[in-house]
Amino acid sequence: MKLPMFNRRGFLKSGFWGAVGSLLGLGGHATADSKSYSMHGGMSEPTSSGGMMTVGEVDHARNGFDPSIVLSDWDTGKVGRLPNGQPLREYTIVALDKEVEIAPGVFFPAWTYNGRVPGPSLRAMEGDRIRIRFINQGSHTHTMHFHGIHSARMDGIPGAGEVAPGESFTYEFDALPFGCHLYHCHSVPLKRHIHKGLYGAFIVDPDPSRHPEHADVARSRVLGSEENQPWQEFVMVMNGFDTNFDEENEVYAVNTVAHAYANHPIRIARERPVRVYLVNVTEFDPVNSLHLHANFFDYYDHGTTLTPTLRTVDTVIQCQGQRGILEFSFADHEPGLYMFHAHQSEFVELGWMGFFEVVE
Amino acid sequence: MSARFWSSLLLPVVLLGVAIATFLVTEPLSLLGVSPPPIEQLTVERTVLDEEGIDLKVRATGSEPMHIAQVLVDGAYWRFTQEPAGALGRGTSAWIHLPYPWVEDELHEITFITNTGATFDHTIEVAEATPQASAAQFIGYGLLGLYVGVLPVALGILFRPALQQSGPRGFEFALALTLGLLVFLLVDTLEEGLELGDQAASIFQGHALVWLAALVAFVALMAVGRRHREPPRGLALASYLALGIGLHNLGEGLAIGGSFAAGSAALGTFLVIGFTLHNLTEGIGIAAPLTRERVRWVAWIGLIALAGLPAVLGTWIGAYAYAPHWSALLLGIGAGAILQVMIEVGDFLRRTSIASGGAMISVASISGFTAGIVIMYATAYFVQV
Repeated sequence: MKLPMFNRRGFLKSGFWGAVGSLLGLGGHATADSKSYSMHGGMSEPTSSGGMMTVGEVDHARNGFDPSIVLSDWDTGKVGRLPNGQPLREYTIVALDKEVEIAPGVFFPAWTYNGRVPGPSLRAMEGDRIRIRFINQGSHTHTMHFHGIHSARMDGIPGAGEVAPGESFTYEFDALPFGCHLYHCHSVPLKRHIHKGLYGAFIVDPDPSRHPEHADVARSRVLGSEENQPWQEFVMVMNGFDTNFDEENEVYAVNTVAHAYANHPIRIARERPVRVYLVNVTEFDPVNSLHLHANFFDYYDHGTTLTPTLRTVDTVIQCQGQRGILEFSFADHEPGLYMFHAHQSEFVELGWMGFFEVVE
Repeated sequence: MSARFWSSLLLPVVLLGVAIATFLVTEPLSLLGVSPPPIEQLTVERTVLDEEGIDLKVRATGSEPMHIAQVLVDGAYWRFTQEPAGALGRGTSAWIHLPYPWVEDELHEITFITNTGATFDHTIEVAEATPQASAAQFIGYGLLGLYVGVLPVALGILFRPALQQSGPRGFEFALALTLGLLVFLLVDTLEEGLELGDQAASIFQGHALVWLAALVAFVALMAVGRRHREPPRGLALASYLALGIGLHNLGEGLAIGGSFAAGSAALGTFLVIGFTLHNLTEGIGIAAPLTRERVRWVAWIGLIALAGLPAVLGTWIGAYAYAPHWSALLLGIGAGAILQVMIEVGDFLRRTSIASGGAMISVASISGFTAGIVIMYATAYFVQV
């Protein structure tokens, strides 16, 4: 019963790095997508959870990111053009050590991209040139390894784009293929570097002109297009945290904070369709899953197709690093709270559970 | 006392204060280049299960105040309240209330997560409703104590006429048997005490507590017993015997009450009968030094009460107010008391053997000593789970 545990306080510097981040114009809240609903002001404590809940509230302001905003906080980069006319998107990503409150009162000594976990949701158009200036201000060597098509030099692994503390590297490649992808640190030890928080979503919207046979579908996925306007799009990164470093997670969540969307349900306008970019980066467990209550969805594995790879399912499983797009609608439902969670009860009980609040 | 006396008493204390203040201000440890990480420890001292859920009394012994951020029951985050709320300073305790629908006779695993992400586990082996302090249950636990403490001691004393019939060698045999019994009780009491010491919060230094309490109790009782420069004999010796045995029975009562309350006394009736049989020898032990004395019945009742009633007290404490560090302390004192009577009974045996023309080491004494240990060991078979 008496286990001596060593506290980890090596992260008091986070205040300093947070200040550096804000000087560089990083971290903090990017302005949410104008079409997204405010996620605040929902029911603060749905009674349907019974007593099985974390106690208290996470201080999102101190964390520097709010899961309700992370849902639809796309980083589309600085848009430009190469001399040959190819669109260019430039991003700056800084690796920072930071203590993150992952459940009320529970602090995790995280390694982050831009001071948040998951890192920024990078979003680009199929075929765009991507240029990412990666600055390592953390205490360990890190990389950014993208799931996508690129050269060996740009792979972001030890020996190719690995960045020592205090140094930087610029990754450059074309955004291919379209789909729902991810990036993560590929330095070793791998498990530690990933589960400490170095991962994020990398969404590539399909270029409708390249997909004439499904141009409408492609257009609906292009952020900011007219066809995209009705869609309520959310990014959900399924993750876990091993707070005592025994290779088992004490907390499971989507977008880091246990029960975040149970305490603050995700508001959904009933008439408008929903698209979820789902990414699994959970460490230590082979698979994670999402189960939607009272509804079914179409699923596009990896998001690399414009027709569903699974139709009319209410549960999908993903192995580590797997991801995909969910599309569904509550148009025929009555308003109310609709639960979603991993269908591993263990994960539900450890924080991976939330609600959609369907409103008129 | 002179001013010189007081100033020489005060000076080192003042200098110590100055030294501590200097240390705190200058932080010489920073020269070592390490910032010692705070160590967190959490001990569950009491577990109460009722229709409201699970209540746990926890004691923090971290090097800095600890914050219990979340509580898991069987791997699920569960709503809880802490009383008093807030950080737990070193050595302080609090109650954690969990409105959890526990399942009777099944195992539950509780995990505390602190703000640093450290986890502390506590297992409820078999969930049983904690005894409520109702009159009937109170009497029930009291009866349990009477059966394992008072009854066997009283029955054992009834062997006295047989001891009186058996001549000097028989008397020596009985005294040596008492010694053997005491050896067993000493080992048993120390083991029990050290086990409880392990359960106590680290700040109480359980093992040191047991050993030091035993030593202090031993020295104190020796001093009291020999305050007239004469070893105690007769009724006085029997009284010390009863006291030592009583403190041991208190420990047995604690174990029985605690295990019944915690639902781990799976053998139930068997356990109680086992203890009754096991403790019968204690009565013989108390009667042995009085074989040749005339003793009034009031004295007999006093001896039985002194040796047996602590078992009743023990079952109550064990069932209702269990705290491992207090129990460890009591058992440490008990071990010291037993050691004292071992010395005195041994001395008494030596003197009576010599007076009757024999020697302390004889066939009678060795066989009695061995018989005492063997009987206690064999009857303990019934009470080991």
